[in-house]
Amino acid sequence: MDVIVCVKKVPDTAEADVSVGAGGREINKERLTFAINEWDNYAVEEAIRLKEEDEGTVTVVTVGGKDKEDILRRSLAMGADKAIRLDMEDPEDSFVLANVLYTLIKDQKFDLVLFGAQSGDFNSGVTGVMVARMLGISHAAMVNGIEVLDGRTKTSRELEGGLNEIYEIKLPALFTIQTGINEPRYVSISGIRKARKKELKVMTPADVGVTEVKPMLSLEKMYLPPPGKIAEIIGGSPEEAAAKLASLLKEKGAF
Amino acid sequence: MNFKGVDYYDIDDLLSDDEKLVRDSVREFLEKEVKPLIVDAFQNEKPLNMKELAPKMGELGMIGGPVPEEYGGPETSYMEFGLICHELERVDGALRSFAAVQSALFMYPIWKFGSEEQKHKWLPHIAKGKKIGCFGLTEPNHGSDVAGMDTVAKKDRDEWVIDGSKEWISEASVADVALVFARADEGVRGFFVERGTEGFTQAFQGKKGSMRCGDVGELAFSNCRVPSENILPKTTGSGLRGVFMTLNQARHGISWGAIGAAEDCYETALNYAKKREQFGSPIASYQLVQAKLVKMLTEITKGQLLSYRLSRLMDEKKERHQQISMAKMNNVSVARYCARTAREILGANGVSYDYSPMRHMGNIEAVYTYQGTSDIHTLILGQDITGISAFTREFKTKER
Ligand SMILES: Cc1cc2nc3c(=O)[nH]c(=O)nc-3n(C[C@H](O)[C@H](O)[C@H](O)COP(=O)(O)OP(=O)(O)OC[C@H]3O[C@@H](n4cnc5c(N)ncnc54)[C@H](O)[C@@H]3O)c2cc1C
Ligand SMILES: Cc1cc2nc3c(=O)[nH]c(=O)nc-3n(C[C@H](O)[C@H](O)[C@H](O)COP(=O)(O)OP(=O)(O)OC[C@H]3O[C@@H](n4cnc5c(N)ncnc54)[C@H](O)[C@@H]3O)c2cc1C
Repeated sequence: MDVIVCVKKVPDTAEADVSVGAGGREINKERLTFAINEWDNYAVEEAIRLKEEDEGTVTVVTVGGKDKEDILRRSLAMGADKAIRLDMEDPEDSFVLANVLYTLIKDQKFDLVLFGAQSGDFNSGVTGVMVARMLGISHAAMVNGIEVLDGRTKTSRELEGGLNEIYEIKLPALFTIQTGINEPRYVSISGIRKARKKELKVMTPADVGVTEVKPMLSLEKMYLPPPGKIAEIIGGSPEEAAAKLASLLKEKGAF
Repeated sequence: MNFKGVDYYDIDDLLSDDEKLVRDSVREFLEKEVKPLIVDAFQNEKPLNMKELAPKMGELGMIGGPVPEEYGGPETSYMEFGLICHELERVDGALRSFAAVQSALFMYPIWKFGSEEQKHKWLPHIAKGKKIGCFGLTEPNHGSDVAGMDTVAKKDRDEWVIDGSKEWISEASVADVALVFARADEGVRGFFVERGTEGFTQAFQGKKGSMRCGDVGELAFSNCRVPSENILPKTTGSGLRGVFMTLNQARHGISWGAIGAAEDCYETALNYAKKREQFGSPIASYQLVQAKLVKMLTEITKGQLLSYRLSRLMDEKKERHQQISMAKMNNVSVARYCARTAREILGANGVSYDYSPMRHMGNIEAVYTYQGTSDIHTLILGQDITGISAFTREFKTKER
């Protein structure tokens, strides 16, 4: 099974103090640290496991400048076989990016394409699905389990409220991977040594034949949510407080 | 620029992609798997379970440093091993101690001086974390002055008989094997003594204010017999030369580790100072606090540059041992300064184990003392630049 995994380097915004830049369309990135998108890391791990169970290759792909290569090298050290960096600025628009990735992937040999279910920066969750549509192959989003059968997969996807759905899907296919599908391995020094000998190919948009498309969305404004009003502390005896809380909840339409 | 850490002088730009990847991978593993265990272990002086952790560390290549792959080692550069030590001690000194004892004090002398059988017997298992070694040099009456050791080894036909005791030995109570130094007729020699050997006891030393996440203990030898093949070759003569070469390996790692601890203290203090408000403003807005933060950062940056250069020198096999002494001595004193200063900035919270500086402060005191105290390194450097040894002096009884 040949698997292509699309990965992205995103800022770590979980612990950082995020602020919006002067133009109001971007967050300030100078003080942020960047790493592989969490969902993508699960996708890389899943691809490597599928390869280890059967055989085949894992190719990791990213779009961006040289500073993005570290996430490819990291994925190679985990066990991917080759990496491609498409040397152009990350368009940051899902549709434009999907078009670029489609153009690149369509000429590669693959049985399966994996994406992260979403990216930690914009959380759009659509790039993978758009690429599947462009490639004209089956797809499933929020996938949390893959079992390979003959020319097909048994794929489970996560629904709301802890429900799972299981599909049989014909290959080739594209899945977007949910966190928790596996436990990604840590990168070892021996993995890093082996990765040194693996191919990291840099391609230009011209090599791939990327054509220009217009974004379908334009970003108007970015802002931090305004701070909420001060919480109300409900006082009184437990009985009084409970009665007050119940009437408040009723008032707000909670029941 | 993308490195989450203290790097004011862009030293990251001097590292190769692989070196950075090694550092980041080790950090990721430690943050997720080990950091959550630290405070409890320290608080209760209940050492981390290295029987469980060491195999994971070994799998990732954190044990063994430059020991070659043919003996199961990760064959890192000194730069890479330094970065590993940096990450380990950033989390807790006991972790770096463990890696240093396994890699520098136990594996290195076997790799450099051991017989082929000894190499194959021990190196792959230690590197994979499946066996644990310890290094027994210090004795109740001989610390800095190891040459005067009291532990003796006597040859009895095809056996060696060891008598004496060692204390303050890292991993003493968990070790599967000890490399022990003892005085034989021909001078100080190293011997392998395996757990369970008759006449050999291993004990845990508690009531420590330092390295409470790690195992430290005593080794005792009473008519303890080991077969003649258990002697470490090539360290013959009056030769403590091999021992000192070994210690220099560990000191290099300490120079990086100490800076890791210092960085953790600095970052803790910086974040705290930006959030903590007193007298109506964040304490980071006060000049007195800024002065402390700036001094910490400046000292850390100088320490990083020393260690960085030292690793490169060692990778080029151009270092002099006095340079290693300088880095160990300086960076430990940077860490001591930063731990104390960070603790100050945290106010009362600074004395709580909910924050790291007090724990690092405790740990770094042991680091100050082991592998040559700062006094001893000062004497090494003093002798180097003046040509005059100030280690010993004539002691007249009437001076008492
Ligand atoms: C947590 C921990 C782990 C350790 N792990 C190990 C281990 O794994 N293996 C091992 O063998 N040892 C280990 N040690 C022991 C350590 O190496 C010794 O403590 C160290 O060598 C100092 O020896 P000492 O404690 O006997 O102090 P001493 O040598 O008695 O020194 C006491 C003081 O006198 C000063 N001093 C000594 N000589 C001179 C001089 N000539 N001029 C000026 N000042 C001098 C010293 O600087 C020091 O301040 C460990 C220690 C600790 C705390
Ligand atoms: C073991 C222990 C027992 C205690 N017992 C008592 C007790 O019995 N009763 C009680 O009331 N309290 C007690 N305390 C609390 C103690 O009095 C406070 O910790 C102390 O007043 C400092 O306050 P803080 O911890 O909030 O630090 P902060 O006031 O937040 O100070 C943090 C840091 O900022 C610095 N700083 C603050 N303001 C400025 C400024 N304007 N300019 C420059 N630097 C500044 C401080 O010097 C310090 O380094 C105890 C504390 C401890 C550790």
